[in-house]
Amino acid sequence: MNDSESNPIVTNFVHSGWWRRWGEETFSAYAFLLPSILIFIVFTFFPVIFSFISSFLRWNLPYKAVAAGFDNYVDLVSGPVTSQVFWKSVWNTFYFMLGIPINMILALILALLLNRKLPGVALFRTAFFLPTITSMAAISVVWIWLYHPSDYGLFNSLLMEVGLPVQRWLRDPVLAMPCLILMGVWHGIGYNIIIFLAGLQAIPRELYEVAEIDGAGTTAKFFYVTWPQLSPTTFYILVIGVINSLQAFTEIDVMTQGGPLNVTTTLAYYLYQEAFKYFRIGMGSAVAVILFFILLILTLLQFKVLEKKVYYE
Amino acid sequence: MSKMAIPTAQPSGFPRTLRRSPRRAVSAAVWYIVMIFASILVVIPFIWMISTSFKDATEVFSYPITWIPKQLRWQNYIDAWHAAPFARYFFNSGVVAFAVTLGQLISCSLAAFAFARMNFIGKNFMFSLFLSTTMISTQVTLIPSYLVIKQLNWQDTYQGLIVPFLANAFGVFMIRQAFMGLPRELEDAARLDGCSRLRFLWQIAIPLTRPVLGAQALFAFMGNWNSYLWPLVVTNRQEMRTLQIGLRYFVSQEGGTQWGIYMAAAVMVTIPVILFYFLVQKSFVEGIATTGIKR
Repeated sequence: MNDSESNPIVTNFVHSGWWRRWGEETFSAYAFLLPSILIFIVFTFFPVIFSFISSFLRWNLPYKAVAAGFDNYVDLVSGPVTSQVFWKSVWNTFYFMLGIPINMILALILALLLNRKLPGVALFRTAFFLPTITSMAAISVVWIWLYHPSDYGLFNSLLMEVGLPVQRWLRDPVLAMPCLILMGVWHGIGYNIIIFLAGLQAIPRELYEVAEIDGAGTTAKFFYVTWPQLSPTTFYILVIGVINSLQAFTEIDVMTQGGPLNVTTTLAYYLYQEAFKYFRIGMGSAVAVILFFILLILTLLQFKVLEKKVYYE
Repeated sequence: MSKMAIPTAQPSGFPRTLRRSPRRAVSAAVWYIVMIFASILVVIPFIWMISTSFKDATEVFSYPITWIPKQLRWQNYIDAWHAAPFARYFFNSGVVAFAVTLGQLISCSLAAFAFARMNFIGKNFMFSLFLSTTMISTQVTLIPSYLVIKQLNWQDTYQGLIVPFLANAFGVFMIRQAFMGLPRELEDAARLDGCSRLRFLWQIAIPLTRPVLGAQALFAFMGNWNSYLWPLVVTNRQEMRTLQIGLRYFVSQEGGTQWGIYMAAAVMVTIPVILFYFLVQKSFVEGIATTGIKR
């Protein structure tokens, strides 16, 4: 700073109107943004561009990358082996999303029940919130044991108790995905309850009072006041649910590794397998790009479809 | 436990109406039955985990199942602790989560301050750039980020686990919101007295917005403590694994029969987080309720 004072050109510049008006503040502001920008460039923006580029390469580590045009995409969509797994994983990705509406309905019911002033309500809320705060990896380990295919797994013991045949749960191609969905609902419900409760408590009391004066019963109050007033919350939970569901990874890796017979291989898990198990970087990147666009389309679609229906005050 | 704080429902006794009207009393009774039943269903996996963690090998595989172990076998915990370097895993997870939290608080406060309290060329553009990072999923950046780490020779290092997470746009938005609430005059007065922006940020803005920063710190810490995919990808050596990855390999490598010991390990991993949650649940729940962020 002292050096610049002695230099007439710098002094003139520093005291000029432009620098005073914009320069100094802009310079400082970018200095403040710099740490974040650097990290975003290296670990967000560069990777996105890089993923697009490498999806057009045949790049199987440790070999060098070769330009491959649309080969990776063509292979995914119609190749003899890969396309089977790919389309299966697309299907599985959407199948897995079945957990979202289930979770939302249960969470809404529980939030309505918990939105009461009775002693002990705080304790119940804590109980529903416990699964959400514990790590998915640890919880998955616990649920492997619940779903244990022997007679001693908890679920099988209960089946035997009521005289039903034992199941193989996570190792059964039909049941594996429902098992993951059930655990996902259990793990995520507390979070949705908290959001719904916040939404419920933001609804103005007067609306209910007015509805009561008009003779509305409990059901009418729900459909004419609660539900429309809650729609921004519902919409928010739906968006977050879809984003999280598309990125689900931990429970699949810990519990099934995508099996049996690929019935739990979602796109996110397929990407991981291609890149980190078979070292096909180009193929993995192509899946990443597809995932990117699915997320983009779903987000836009949600905004389009629900924008009209969502009730904003 | 009664601290759980969603604003309205904190009665100190039974509502008067309950004593008056039998119809309401019945409805309350039904409510309690439903809630008790539902919360037991939700808590059962935890109870089963704890129960199994105290059983010996024969009791684990016995039918009919027992909820209360015949004797409490603490040895499972000792065995689990020695079977894998859990102390090291705890240490690694702690170091990483702490460093990420601290780093995010610094980078987010700085950026938030620029967006909230400064006018600069390209502000709108930079803001939308930050906003756009929130729409990019981890999977899309996973492979190139890994290649960057590999290029830097940062596999199996703390910096490899920490550095990619030192920026967080959600945190920037949250803290920015708080900074925007500070009165303009406060800053003008401080600036007139010759206080630099950085000093204003550090000595006035940050202390005044401590609750928001606290909530942000909590999310950053919990999110990183629980993170799985990135540590899985960038660590190979056992001594660099985080707790979550360590637990996963501990359970899968043994061929899957020692469930008493596995559940003891799972208890060791989950209970500290639950206890920590009881300490901070108020700010955690309020943070989620007001911001919706859980990352």
